[in-house]
Amino acid sequence: MARHDVTPRDVRTRYSAGMSRRAEPSREITPEGLYVRRREWLKNAALTVATAGGVGGGLLSLLGDSARPRVDEAPNAPAPTSLEPASRSVMLDPKVDPQTSFDAITTYNNFYELGLDKADPAENAGSLRLRPWTVTVDGLCHKPTTFDIDQIVSGFALEERVYRMRCVEAWSMVIPWLGFSLAELLKRVEPTSQAKYVAFTTLLDPTQLPGQKRSALDWPYVEGLRIDEAMHPLTLLALGLYGKTLLGQNGAPIRLVVPWKYGFKGIKSVVRIELVDHLPKTTWNDAAPDEYGFYANVNPEVDHPRWSQRTERRIGEIERRITLPYNGYGEEVASLYRGLDLRRNF
Amino acid sequence: MAELKPYAWLKPGVFIGCLVPLALMIADAARGQLGADPVAIALNRLGLLALITLVASLAATPARLVLGWAWPLRLRRMLGLFAFFYAFLHFTVYLAIDQGFDLAAIVKDVTERKFITVGFAAFMVLVPLAATSPLRVRRMLGPKRWQRLHRLVYLAGALAALHFIWRVKRDLTEPSMYAAIIGALLLARVLYRKTRPARPAAE
Repeated sequence: MARHDVTPRDVRTRYSAGMSRRAEPSREITPEGLYVRRREWLKNAALTVATAGGVGGGLLSLLGDSARPRVDEAPNAPAPTSLEPASRSVMLDPKVDPQTSFDAITTYNNFYELGLDKADPAENAGSLRLRPWTVTVDGLCHKPTTFDIDQIVSGFALEERVYRMRCVEAWSMVIPWLGFSLAELLKRVEPTSQAKYVAFTTLLDPTQLPGQKRSALDWPYVEGLRIDEAMHPLTLLALGLYGKTLLGQNGAPIRLVVPWKYGFKGIKSVVRIELVDHLPKTTWNDAAPDEYGFYANVNPEVDHPRWSQRTERRIGEIERRITLPYNGYGEEVASLYRGLDLRRNF
Repeated sequence: MAELKPYAWLKPGVFIGCLVPLALMIADAARGQLGADPVAIALNRLGLLALITLVASLAATPARLVLGWAWPLRLRRMLGLFAFFYAFLHFTVYLAIDQGFDLAAIVKDVTERKFITVGFAAFMVLVPLAATSPLRVRRMLGPKRWQRLHRLVYLAGALAALHFIWRVKRDLTEPSMYAAIIGALLLARVLYRKTRPARPAAE
């Protein structure tokens, strides 16, 4: 194959050989051979550049979304408004767990309803309409209620809580959430003694959440907690972060945050919270039961079948960190799981 | 070769083009613009570039057999070396930056996690192919042995596609596409070998 190759040097020798046969007396005119050579050279240069551009452009388009990690602002996303917390409970040492930048928190998201790549949700969030919005809390309770989102915003004392967020994909963030304990909301509907679990549902509307047009997962996204997990004071319903209302990509207008569990338990854009007596279906567990458990407590001892959970990369850092049991909230929550085989109930 | 048809631009053009994504990636990384998780972005892009260039090099022979195009054959070796180059960078980023040379964790990954096992195997298959690509080594081996050895490139392609399929969390569209292309290229080769046993010897 190599002998078929014609290098630029071959081209040059050919043409210089041709030139020597017809000598040009005049110095005014560019010698024809030189002219041809130059033209050939220019043509080759142009074709080289065009080929490089075509191949380079083709490769970039095949790399697709991973080639443009930077996110353009969602064109018609409503701007977040500021949200004032009544109290702050900064539970982390900023020297050990500095807060992840607002930019990273709002551009690196898993929210398949708004696109499969990390940068997609921020770009597609404009299609999500945040008002009107209601959250129905019903099931096994004495006072089932449909709350208007503004009723929730004004009806509960908002706290700022800085939590670690550990994704099942082995990356993590530190996020200053604004919200209130889910227990406060549940108390208002007065759960009956039969209520053993809480089931959560995301909005189902493919016009607002275009990812629901693809069957990447079984829509709508559903999640669940045991009632004692749901009533735990750390379990948060978040309305905002960094002192502003949530953006669509973070699960606006209201989402769940369970800091000792993998991030996928934190269901986004919630429209229904139901008290039930049976173990509720949860989306990722349903999609791949051997990879994602119902509990999904952060546990460095139990690896995901395809990757280790021993370490994690904190977004904004290069070196990996050691993953802590219960994401570092063991003191508060380990007692919930006393006697439970955590390897089996992962 | 009766008429001088140089195509002198083909190889350098493709060569520069194959480096464009790497140059852009380095520029982005230097400006801190490689996204929130730059290590993951770098790993994904380098891995995908290795797979794409590998598939492109695999396409050269079927392109001649099926379409009668000879020009892709001039690019085959270079594209194969690019596949090795990007696989090497992909592996190096994993080894040095992602895992920080934590050898215990790496050994555990390679032995216990099947997507990493097959990815590592794909890279290991590419090593002898890259090592025997210089013309001098090729002559030393002789065409028969060289060709037999280099058929392993299909194995590398299959392993790389499997590595991609097993890595993906949910949407299998993209990795399946590459697997299908590799399968089709292999099939085209096998079918054309059968229907035309007396194929030209020179390559």
